[in-house]
Amino acid sequence: MALPPYATTGQRVWHYTFRVICGLIFFFLIAPIVVVIPLSFNSQDFFTFTKEMLSLDPAGYSLKHYRDFFGNPDWQDALWNSVKIAPAATLLSVSLGTLAAIGLSQPHVPARRAIMATLISPMIVPLIISAAGMYFFYSRIGLAGTYWGVVLAHAALGIPFVIITVTATLVGFDRSLTRAAANMGADPVTTFFRVQMPLILPGVISGALFAFITSFDEVVVVIFVGSAKQQTLPWQMFTGLREQISPTILAVATILVVISIALLTTVELLRRRSERLRGMSPG
Amino acid sequence: MSDTTDTGGPVLAADGTPLKRSLARALRRQKMRALLLIAPLLLFILISFILPVADMLYRSVKNGIVAETLPRTVVAIADWDADSGDLPSEAVYAAMAADLKEAAAAKTHTKVGTRLNYENPGISSLFRKTGRKAKKFDIEGVSSWKEELIDINKDWGDIENWRTIQTYSPRVTSGYFLNAVDMRVGTDGAEMRPEAERIYMNLLGRTLWMSLAITVCCILLAYPVAWILANLPMRQANILMILVLLPFWTSLLVRTSAWKILLQQQGVINDILVWIGLVDDSARLVIINNQFGTIVAMTHILLPFMILPMYSVMQTIPPSYLRAAKSLGATDWTAFWRVYFPQTVPGIGAGSILVFILAIGYYITPALVGGTKGTFISNQIAFHISSSLNWGLASALGAILLAVVLVLYWAYDKIVGIDNVKLG
Repeated sequence: MALPPYATTGQRVWHYTFRVICGLIFFFLIAPIVVVIPLSFNSQDFFTFTKEMLSLDPAGYSLKHYRDFFGNPDWQDALWNSVKIAPAATLLSVSLGTLAAIGLSQPHVPARRAIMATLISPMIVPLIISAAGMYFFYSRIGLAGTYWGVVLAHAALGIPFVIITVTATLVGFDRSLTRAAANMGADPVTTFFRVQMPLILPGVISGALFAFITSFDEVVVVIFVGSAKQQTLPWQMFTGLREQISPTILAVATILVVISIALLTTVELLRRRSERLRGMSPG
Repeated sequence: MSDTTDTGGPVLAADGTPLKRSLARALRRQKMRALLLIAPLLLFILISFILPVADMLYRSVKNGIVAETLPRTVVAIADWDADSGDLPSEAVYAAMAADLKEAAAAKTHTKVGTRLNYENPGISSLFRKTGRKAKKFDIEGVSSWKEELIDINKDWGDIENWRTIQTYSPRVTSGYFLNAVDMRVGTDGAEMRPEAERIYMNLLGRTLWMSLAITVCCILLAYPVAWILANLPMRQANILMILVLLPFWTSLLVRTSAWKILLQQQGVINDILVWIGLVDDSARLVIINNQFGTIVAMTHILLPFMILPMYSVMQTIPPSYLRAAKSLGATDWTAFWRVYFPQTVPGIGAGSILVFILAIGYYITPALVGGTKGTFISNQIAFHISSSLNWGLASALGAILLAVVLVLYWAYDKIVGIDNVKLG
């Protein structure tokens, strides 16, 4: 990667131009997310930097949008709904998903490819189609507009992520460990909880985090399947952005960015731990 | 243990059964166990996801309402030849009067009208107006229902209306699909709608075109980033990787609202351009609520999905190949184009299909930053479900979109393999 000492001028110029281009692309990736954070402390109801903000005058900054978020019952209800729906959906998709991932990683599974394709399909099928189908079907069986209808729908959307992460972890799992446990007299349930589960736990947790964020961020399906009682945070943001856009959204966005940073850090730490356990370089 | 090896007979297992059968049984048990572990989830997905989608697909051809609301008319009109130029017989009119009386009492006549109105605009008012009087119809007391109905509303004397009723009397229809591809059932079977009425094919074309544009933008932006990530020392690459993964983990709504705020006419980008003096304050750029806004925002949102597969492919290419090519006399460009680039094609393919599949079904971002010119077919589907309530048409459009996505999904499975999808 470093420039060799014999590089020609043209090579030097290209080397630095290329780095500048990459820098610009990284800037493009991160700038829109970063820009939201200072704007959320704006003391005015503007969506751009005011003169006071640019001159770093403390009067240009305030917590008023955050106060609005925590004081407004609409936003609080939405937050509460999100917090109620996402963990239930996560629990459902992780428990069923982990079990199925273990089944899928057995050496002999009939129609493995077809099963895998079916289980991954909620990730691939456009959300609007899933949402439309669930809306029609759940209305028919009386689930539309209920808490459990939304949980069921979100669990289905989170399953592909659990399957992908847990099967990836199971690839590195040494099967002789379960055989050893069985050899020493452990029944399958004990083997699972005392031997296999602790080893694949990092994968299960990152799958759970993916499922959680899928449900927590999801808006299309909940709009169709849910009713006003299940209005979640993203739904409230969506209506806010569509109709009258209020700067409170910036405060909400900042809070969500902080949550994603926390989740990302956890997943990265888990991934490194699981690679270390597998004897790969920790990176 | 028996001395099977000595006798030359079949090899026996410990319990005396032939080893072959014993192994086959063990294998079968193993398969059963694997399936039992998968079964709960498969059942769950079937109920919560596959059945709803199948239900939607069925709705795109389902057409029970005409036959259910106008049962007598449907039977009576079956023999009528619309091309003869004559109005249907007296019996058909009488059947219609009887059906309308019942339908008006049950208040279902407007539903039939609405359904038929999708195919023949204007027919719903005919049903609504006649329905108001239909409750008081005296079926036996009128000698000629033909004259009576035409008297109530002269549109009952229009052959086209009767043709529509006849065409849409079967329980299964291709009408929604024809509508979805801008065709209609005319006098000689299916025909294209007039140029000005062709909405959906243009919309599908625009969706495909914009998804392609987004995919190309993603390839161009992701390639350098993936290359630098794969070639930097591990520690630096990991730090830069965070810049890729953070957008990936950030809520879609947050990223879309960020773009909405940045691209507004009074937003940050226009402010900066005015401040540098590139753009006059009175001539601020319109970069939101059009195709440009959608493409920029969606390229940003989908870029990580392109970078990650490219990165994982580039990581496996030994840097010595490039050095070898150069030591054999290749210029930088030849070495890259003839040696490095061909090896990255699988990564580009994987990323492109993934980005294209995700882009084609997008709903939220186009709805928020696309205005009217930058919306996708998903937005039209949502409109038909929640506003126009033409669920059949929404389902037919959905089925077409689903077909495109499934073909791509199949290609993805063939090229990359579903098992090789990587996250983060």
